[in-house]
Parts: sequence; C-alpha cells; structure tokens
Amino acid sequence: MFDRRLAESFDWGLLLLMILIGSIGLAVLYSAVTAGDAEGVRLLFKKQVIWMCGGLVLICVCLLVDYKYFEKSSLIIYLVCIACLAGVLIWGKNVGGSTRWLSLGPFTVQPSEIMKIALIFILAAVYAGVVTENGLGFGKLVKPALLCVVPFFLIVRQPDLGTALLLLLIAGSMTLFVKVERKVFFSCTGAAFAAVPAVWFLLKEYQKSRILTFLHPGGDPLGAGYHIIQSKIAIGSGQLYGKGFLKGTQNTLSFLPEQHTDFIVSVLAEEWGFAGCFVLIVLYFLMLFWGLNISYCCRDMFGSILAFGITAMIFWQIFINMGMVMGLMPVVGVPLPLVSYGGSSVITNMVGFGILLNISMRKHIAA
Amino acid sequence: MARYVKSPDREWLKKRLMGAGICIIAVFAVLLMRLIYLQIIKGEEYRRLSENNCIRLKSIKASRGLIYDRNGKLLVDNRPSFNLKIVTEDTGSVKSTVEKVSRLIDVPKKSLLSGIEKNGTRAFYKPVVLKNNISRDQVAIIEAHKFDLPGIIIDVEPRRHYIYEKSCAHLLGYLGEINKKELQSGRHPDVYSGDSIGRYGVEKKFEKLLHGKRGGRQVEVDADGRIIKVLDTVDPEPGMNLSLTVDLELQQVAESMLENKSGAVVAVDPSNGEVLAMASYPAFDQNDFIGGISGKKWRKLMDDPNKPMTNKAIQGEYPPASTYKIVSTIAALEEDIVDKNTQFFCPGHYRYGNRTYRCWKKWGHGDVDIIKAIERSCDVFFYHVGEKAGVDVLAEYAKGCGLGRKTGIVLDDERSGLVPTTDWKENRFGVPWQGGENLSIAIGQGYNLVTPLQMAMLASAVGNGGVLYKPRVLKHVTDGRDKVVKKGDPEINGGIPAGERTMEVLKKGLLKVVQGSRGTARGIQIKGAPIAGKTGTAQVFSIKDREILDTENLDYFLKDHAWFVCYAPAKDPVIAVSVLVEHGEHGSSTAAPIAKAVVKKCLEKRNLLKAEDE
Repeated sequence: MFDRRLAESFDWGLLLLMILIGSIGLAVLYSAVTAGDAEGVRLLFKKQVIWMCGGLVLICVCLLVDYKYFEKSSLIIYLVCIACLAGVLIWGKNVGGSTRWLSLGPFTVQPSEIMKIALIFILAAVYAGVVTENGLGFGKLVKPALLCVVPFFLIVRQPDLGTALLLLLIAGSMTLFVKVERKVFFSCTGAAFAAVPAVWFLLKEYQKSRILTFLHPGGDPLGAGYHIIQSKIAIGSGQLYGKGFLKGTQNTLSFLPEQHTDFIVSVLAEEWGFAGCFVLIVLYFLMLFWGLNISYCCRDMFGSILAFGITAMIFWQIFINMGMVMGLMPVVGVPLPLVSYGGSSVITNMVGFGILLNISMRKHIAA
Repeated sequence: MARYVKSPDREWLKKRLMGAGICIIAVFAVLLMRLIYLQIIKGEEYRRLSENNCIRLKSIKASRGLIYDRNGKLLVDNRPSFNLKIVTEDTGSVKSTVEKVSRLIDVPKKSLLSGIEKNGTRAFYKPVVLKNNISRDQVAIIEAHKFDLPGIIIDVEPRRHYIYEKSCAHLLGYLGEINKKELQSGRHPDVYSGDSIGRYGVEKKFEKLLHGKRGGRQVEVDADGRIIKVLDTVDPEPGMNLSLTVDLELQQVAESMLENKSGAVVAVDPSNGEVLAMASYPAFDQNDFIGGISGKKWRKLMDDPNKPMTNKAIQGEYPPASTYKIVSTIAALEEDIVDKNTQFFCPGHYRYGNRTYRCWKKWGHGDVDIIKAIERSCDVFFYHVGEKAGVDVLAEYAKGCGLGRKTGIVLDDERSGLVPTTDWKENRFGVPWQGGENLSIAIGQGYNLVTPLQMAMLASAVGNGGVLYKPRVLKHVTDGRDKVVKKGDPEINGGIPAGERTMEVLKKGLLKVVQGSRGTARGIQIKGAPIAGKTGTAQVFSIKDREILDTENLDYFLKDHAWFVCYAPAKDPVIAVSVLVEHGEHGSSTAAPIAKAVVKKCLEKRNLLKAEDE
C-alpha cells in the first residue's frame, strides 16, 4: 500500500511552511511566558513543545492511511465525536465557568476541537456524493444542515461560542464551495439576518457584553475594553521593526491575561514589529494557497472538498484571531493555528495538516 | 436534469477555488492595512503609551457592608485608611526609596520591606503595601516629598471599624486576610490577595452579602507612576448592609453585668426567635484583628483560661442543673407520674439503694407539691420523678424541648449539648446505666449538657406557650439605596411536648420562683412586671480538662456554675433570657441579677413597666 511514488510526491513545501510558522509560534510563546515570573507559566512552553512533537507523530500516523478510507468511516468518526460532546455536557470538567474538557485518564481532551475535523470529513463525504454543476437545492442541504446543527448546539451549551461559530463558518464555506442554487443562497442569507435578534436572546451575558464591547469599547473599560486597548497599544508600539526579542513591555501576564493563548499576536507585533507580522502573514497566506492548490490538484471530489474544508478551518481561525487582536472583531476565544498556546488546538491543526499532506502526496494516484 | 460531478471538472473546480482565493486575498489585505495603520501610522502614539505601561488598571476596593443593630444603631462601619504602597517597577531603586520613606515617616525600614519580600510572585505594576493605615501627618510628609519618591503611592481604602470595642464581639466576628488556599478554592470570586474576608461570626457567615464588588479605574500614568489622567472609571458596588436582631442597649447591659466574670447571656424575643442580645465574656477587641493581629495579643487570647475566643453562648456546654427541672416537670406531668396535687415529703435527702441523695436544702422542704418543688427547687421531689420516669423517658422530653441538638443559628461551631440515654452510655463507656443516675439526671446533673442558647430558646418556648423558634440574628438586608433585599422570617424548630394543663402548672411554678415568697429568685422581683424563671447551680464535675490550674486559682475553678433562665412579663412575654456564669456559685445570687438587669432594660424600653405601675 505504501509505495515509493508516495514518498517521492511528498509535499515538502507544506511541511516547511508548517515548521516555519510553528517555530515563530514557539519563539513568541517563549517570550510571552518568560515575562511571567511563576514557574507554572514557564512550564507552558515545555508543554507546547511536547504537544507539537506529539502533533508531528500524529501527522506521520495520518500519512499511513489513505484519506479515501475516511470517506467510508466518516460517519463513525462523526458519531463518536457527537457522543464525546454529549459526554462533556454530562461528565465534563469545568474550567473557568465552561465545561469543555473530558478527562481520559491523565489526559484531558476538548472534543469540540476534534469535532471540527470530524465535521469537515462528513460534510466532504456527503457533498462528494451530491455535487452538481448548477449547485445544490434545498433538498440536498437538509442532511448537511442537520449534521452541522447538532454539534453546534452541543458546543453552544458548554458554552464555547468561539468554536461553535467556527464550526458554522467552516460548514458554510464548504457549502458555498460546492455551490448552492442562487435562490438557496439568497434565502439563507436573508434568514441569517432575520435570526440575529433571536440569537441575541440565546447568548450568555458575558457574550453579549463582549459584542457590545466590540461595538462600543468604552462600555467595559476594566474587562474586554481594556484588553482591546492594551492589545492595540502592544501592537502599535511595535512600529516597523519592533522592540526586539524578549524586550516587549506590554508583554506581561497582568496586562493581557490570555496573551499566551488568544492574544499571542500582540506579543509578536510588539517585539518584531510590522516586519515580523508581515512575515507571519505571508507565511499564512502561502499556506492557505497551498491548501487551495492541493484541493485543485486532487483527482477525486471527496479529496478536493476535504482539502478545501481544512484550508477553510485554518483560514477562519487566522482571520478571527487576528481580527480580534487588532481590534477589528469582538473578543472571541479562537486560537491562532500553530502559534497560540493550547494542546487541543495544536493537535487539531496539525492533524489538519497531516490530512492535507496525505491528500497532496496521493494526488498522482488514480482514484 | 443536473449532472453529478463524480471526479472534479478542472474548469469548474478552478472557478470555485478562485472565489475562495479572492476572499483570502481580501481578508489578508484588510489585516495588513490594519497593521500598517496601527504600527506605522499610529505607531508613534502607541509607542508613547506603551513606554512605562502608561495605561494601567487600578482596582478600587468596594466598601464592605455596614452592620446595624435592630434599632438602626451603627455597630460596624468603614473608616478611610491611608495605605502606603510602592510600585516597584516605577521606582529606580527600591532600597533607596524605601530608605527615604523610612526616614521621612520614622518607621523602621525592615517593617516596610517585609511586605515586598512576602510578595514573591505577583503581577507587574501591582502596588505592594509598605504600611497600612498611616497617620494624616505621615500622609502630609509623603505628599510633600512626592517628587523625590517615584513609585510611592498612597491609596485611600476603607478600613473596618468596630464602633463599640469588645461589644458583640463573638456575634459580629472579625476579618482576616484571605490566604492562598482560599483564593485558589474559587469560593471568593471577587477577592484578591491582600483583601480581607470575614473570619468569624456574622462577618464570616454573611461574607457574600457584605463583600460588595470591586470597581476599577483606567488611568494614564507618567514615568514615575503618577496618575496624569483618569480615562475611565467603574465604580465599586458597596456590600449589602445588615440589620441584626440584636438590641445594642440590651447587649451593653448584659456585657456590663458580665464584667470581670466569665459566662454568657442570651436574650431572645419569644414571639419570633429573634436574638436580642448574645454576650460572651471575656471578649476580644475585633479592631485588633484588622490588618493582622500581633502574635503577642493572639497568644494572650489563646492562653487565657477563661477562653475569650469561645462564644460561650453557643459553644459552651454546661450541666443544666436545676434549670433542667423544666424538662423534668413536663415529663412528670405528661407521663402522669405526678399531678398538680401529688405531694412528696422532703426530709433533705433521698435514699436510693444504699446511697443517700441530698437535697440542696439540708433540713429539707417538708411536704411539697410540684409547684412548690419548682419554686424552691426541691431536689427530692424530682428524685421521685427521675426514679419513676427513667433516663430514656426524660431524654425523649429533653429532645422535644430542643436540647441535645443544635438550634441551627447561623453562627459557626454551635455545639449540640448532650442528652444522655441508656444506649448512649452503653456505646460511650460500655457500662450499663445505673438506676441511681436517673435521679441525678432529673435534677440536671450527670451527663446532661446544654448551651446557654438552647436554654434561652427553651425559656422562650415555655413563655410563648410551646413554640420552639429557630434563633435568628439577621433582621433584614438592605442594599446601597436602603431597599430591603432580604428579610429574616421566623422559623419554627418544633414544639414543646406538653399539653395546655402541663404548661399551666409549669408556668405557675416558674412564676413562683421569682414572685413566690420562698422562690429561689425572689430577690430579683421588678415592680410592675412579673418575671418567671428558674435558677440553677451546676456542680463542676471534672476539673481534669482544665489545662491551667495553678493553686491560687484552683478554688475558683472548682466553684459551681450559676444558671438563670427566665421570661418576662410572665403573661405575654416580650423577652426570654438565659444567663450562665462560670464558677458563679449560685444561680440565685449571681446569674439572676444579670437576667433582671437585661429584662428591666427591655421592659423599660417598651414602656411595659410604667403601664402596669399606673
């Protein structure tokens, strides 16, 4: 099953991009956690390195199995993930007011993260069977919509608005990618706008306040408003070339409590300036187009949609996270792929890259 | 009919992906433009703001809720305290700055530095306390030299103040700095390290209500950490104000009567269970605990053999002695062991087996019926009752009267006392119950233990016709705008297991204790308002567990405890009081006058004395 052609067509470029971005991430994280005095905070860096090594191992595992195999087993993966999400609501570990983690012996996993991959798989499998040139009608969209809504509400219940939203965005991108009929597109857009007031009532108090804070940052000067201001000061003060590695002054845990996770870009921007940010953005940009290219080169529909879905997942995380840190978007907890601290995020994204590499190296093998 | 696309059509796929590519390009363009705007166009301005971390968040402590007595008299408030702090990041050299401060305000450098050393790990730019509560003169000196002292700030913060020193100490409790473990427990979400939380009494039990919510201020500071501009403020929410059921005047009377004694006084309102006074003596000064009590003072409190830190009203367990005859009377009448006409002859002693049990009156009371037995506290009469009823029947009634279990008052560490039974003794000591012990139990000696609060609730229940209320200390809670947000409502713990006729006899007997010509407490009669009560003199059985016993004090610690429980006026009582004086010797001479003083004050306040005079 594993022949030489596979090794020859291995996608070194994507791997290189991934390693470059991961290295930038580790360097920034090192700076971010060194500022904190506490021993526990320094431990975060070590943990992140371990997660990344684990991610590399998982990538190797991903490569062994032909992605086409997952087309058939995607439903099982999906159902297992749904069961895990339901399990979280029942037995989950509560951290900071929300229940997102499931304890499996010494490990805690965040099923909502794995759910992203599972959803991409099952949507790719479903759409691959029904794609038409003219686009999908309402009838063909019922099943994907249901597949998407169930995990969405399970994750909203945790509550983890950021991940739930991400799930919708990924599913939406994939649906638009396989094309929907014009009338479907317009009526869905209309319905979405109409739903805004209803959703507003379902949001938790802190989520409402975050959105209000985004629209009117002065409203919560001690909480989210303060974070946004500090984040903007950190980014802006980096100017063109930055203050230098480990020289950031805003870079203290007290100013941005989540700066090693969601606000990590502010550390990069302060210490490496516009130049550093530009390099990271270009790397991300190349990575996304690389993903689209993999989708294009793939010979079968399932692989194309799958590659597109993974690319969309990475894209939305970058967009939401950077937009938030730069004060373009409300503060929602979405990590930056390969840069933000966090085991589940690192593993999920690296598994995503593993799948991309998998599709990429099998492009020359006939379906 | 649409055609399914099995393998992707190159052109179709290209078109779809182009759309996605355009989206990516657009988004990245926006991000880059935003970066250019923040870092290059506005970079200079943000760099300036970031120098020295110009924009800082200062938290503003919420002022803790006030505590009032039942008549709106302020018991606990907050006074401004000037706290000297340092932001080490703003000071060039911590050492030289602290040295300067030390010289200016004449405080040893070592004590100033101790706060910095204690804070091993902390957030950057968070002020560290050098000295709390500096004087106004010291404030003036620091302010005058402000420009020589970069990083030094003076914060005005509320400081707890207990207005009446040592008054209501055990009830109100005190504060203490929150420790690491409590911070990590997550039970105090709005409390930060260095803050105080209630450690005892009402301060502890109602911590959540009293604490309030801290606010904060976004400020711009200069290079030395001085505030240039306040950008935004979120006001703190002060804690809720509590009104207690306690009446300060009654409390003070009780406390002054306990002066130089060791004991407890509890007064309750028989109509609803509200605690009107709860004094325990000796007491401690709550103001000593603010900002941490000194080791010397703490040791002195802990070493005192009279245990000032113990709230004797709820934690002191004593043999009830003759006050227990209330229970024995109910048992005797309800079990038809005696009726109101049954008479026993008291020769001053009672023979049981080959032992002689003495009455407190050597030459005896002669013929006594039950009312006389209560009035004169005749032991022999109740020996008859004890022998016939047996310990287990007495225990049933004692439990019915609320003894042997906690009253459920909100304060911590309430003791339940002890109501012995035959089973209890078997389990506890492995020895069977002796018949003679029934006799001791009936007069409240032996294993029985009660708290002054339990006896107050019992007296209150007898006075109101049988309802055992749960004692309450919280009258109502008001928010900052004086709106009542929570009200304490009466709760009932049970009822005395006695019929109307039994109660009538019992009340008559208790009335005679004070009003009768030969009552044991006839010395405390108040003109115009009859009191009904019962004295008690409890033998101190074991002195083994007293740790400190020098010979000089030995006599004192062997003396009997004095009890008095009562309610007044006898008909429709408005107050029930229980008094215990440790080693006070005689209930009639030591405890009863204290109860009288409290009752008198209460009746005076309610104009119940004059009304009957006329």
